[in-house]
Amino acid sequence: MLKKLNNIGDSGIVCDFGNEVNQTVNEEVIKLFNFVQKQISLGKLDGILNCIPSYNKLIINFDLKIINSKKIFNFINSVDFAKLNLNQAQKEWTIPICYDLEMDLTNMSKELKIDKNEIIKNHSETVFFIYMVGFVPGHPFMGDLDPKMFLDRLKTPRVKVPEGAVGIVEKFCNIYPYESPGGWNIIGRTPIKLFNSKNETHPCLLSPGDIVKFKPITKKEFNNFNNE
Amino acid sequence: MNNFFFKVLRSGISTTYQDDGRFGMQHYGVPAGGCMDKEFFTLANALIKNNIKEGVVEFAYQGPLIEFIKGKTKIAIIGNVIFKIIYKNNITIEGECNRTYNISEGDKIDILATKDSVYGYLAVEGGFNLKPFFNSVSTLAQARIGPNEGKKIKADDKIILNKNRNEEKNFSIDVKFNNSNTIRVLKGEQYQYFMEESHKNFFSSSYNITNLTDRMGMRLKGPAIKNIINTNIRSEGIIRGAIQIPGDGQPIILLTDHPTIGGYPKIAYVISADYDLLVQKKPGTNISFKCIELDEAEKLYKDKKDKISKIIKNIKEIN
Repeated sequence: MLKKLNNIGDSGIVCDFGNEVNQTVNEEVIKLFNFVQKQISLGKLDGILNCIPSYNKLIINFDLKIINSKKIFNFINSVDFAKLNLNQAQKEWTIPICYDLEMDLTNMSKELKIDKNEIIKNHSETVFFIYMVGFVPGHPFMGDLDPKMFLDRLKTPRVKVPEGAVGIVEKFCNIYPYESPGGWNIIGRTPIKLFNSKNETHPCLLSPGDIVKFKPITKKEFNNFNNE
Repeated sequence: MNNFFFKVLRSGISTTYQDDGRFGMQHYGVPAGGCMDKEFFTLANALIKNNIKEGVVEFAYQGPLIEFIKGKTKIAIIGNVIFKIIYKNNITIEGECNRTYNISEGDKIDILATKDSVYGYLAVEGGFNLKPFFNSVSTLAQARIGPNEGKKIKADDKIILNKNRNEEKNFSIDVKFNNSNTIRVLKGEQYQYFMEESHKNFFSSSYNITNLTDRMGMRLKGPAIKNIINTNIRSEGIIRGAIQIPGDGQPIILLTDHPTIGGYPKIAYVISADYDLLVQKKPGTNISFKCIELDEAEKLYKDKKDKISKIIKNIKEIN
């Protein structure tokens, strides 16, 4: 349920759905996000630059030349939340993952006191929901992991995490779209490209609200993946 | 493709193609980006009589040295920029900003430095020949998105133009510089996360712009802002101009190429009317913040828009 509306600066508003981070709250955010996107595409809401869903908030960034906070507050207040649907275009993805690359799996096994194979089985059988995409292009924040898999961030973040690395922290799982610094526990790596700026219609593979399952592949399959 | 182009002899420090920005992709992790100083961007295209959203070349501090290899064109450099034009016949002139020049084969433009500012803009009549990605020719270098394979312009690159010169007359525009070091802000959503004494410090002290400043963000140094609730919040969407306070209490202002999501509390947001003023402040400058209300911020933005229209109306032919 929408808890409050605030302006952020003079060219943004935030729709706040409360402090909980769970799928139910996030689905409310994504329903509103889809609705606003739809109204923009129908030409019913002008001047919107970006809509940014996160765990529990939707931020709308607008062009102050065209519209202002008050008009967007009125628009949001006129929404019949009971009638909003979750994305009909919600997609399910199967992402190949190679667990056999010795990143953090051994340490995770020690820390969690769970056998490596059990960790792999648990992770690959989890059905992930994408809460949001961002920080850098194509980067998904997914959940929820089994509580017995919860880990804190690495004490010393890595200077370089390779492209495609799959990380976990607390109940969340992510995939690094680019080589970058990072503090998540790396469980494996996918050969899939999450953001392709050469693709002019669908450069970003995953969208907020999509479902992701991981499918284990061997080291050989991982290495050959992009050559096939 | 035609053959009208500049060759890049020296790239400059951070030279990129930019336009108004790339919108509607932030939920995929792509910030709007675009020109840092939108006022100068608008004036550059207006002066050269281009479509107002045509792509331009943005440079910072030291700009590029470029040679026009083929054709004839008209250029304008907008900002507070020191540059030279070295004509083919070896006559060199000190360039004047905010006016157009006719350029021919063999002429060179040497953009030496931005003066008391950071960003300057080069526009050409008819625009640059660039392939848009999601309706924009802005370069997001950290993600390799945009023209020139998403990279900064480098030595030996070709800067290709859409067309040859049609208009022989030259024009000038009266660009006004704002020298104020006071940036007006609106209180942020997490304003109450900070100590009352820190609120006072934030609005009464000056903050120094550090060298850790680029198109993504501006790191400041000054009295630490002390958090009394939590130095982290749930990650949420970011908009440019957000002033976030990480654990060390030193403010970071998120600029045009900001990460799209962040988890630090925000004490304030720079008003839209003062954003261009802010990004032109060089590292080493001391700035201070003044708190205003939303309706005033909206009015100031409208005033700025009116001021820009007036400047454009007063574009004059050079005799």
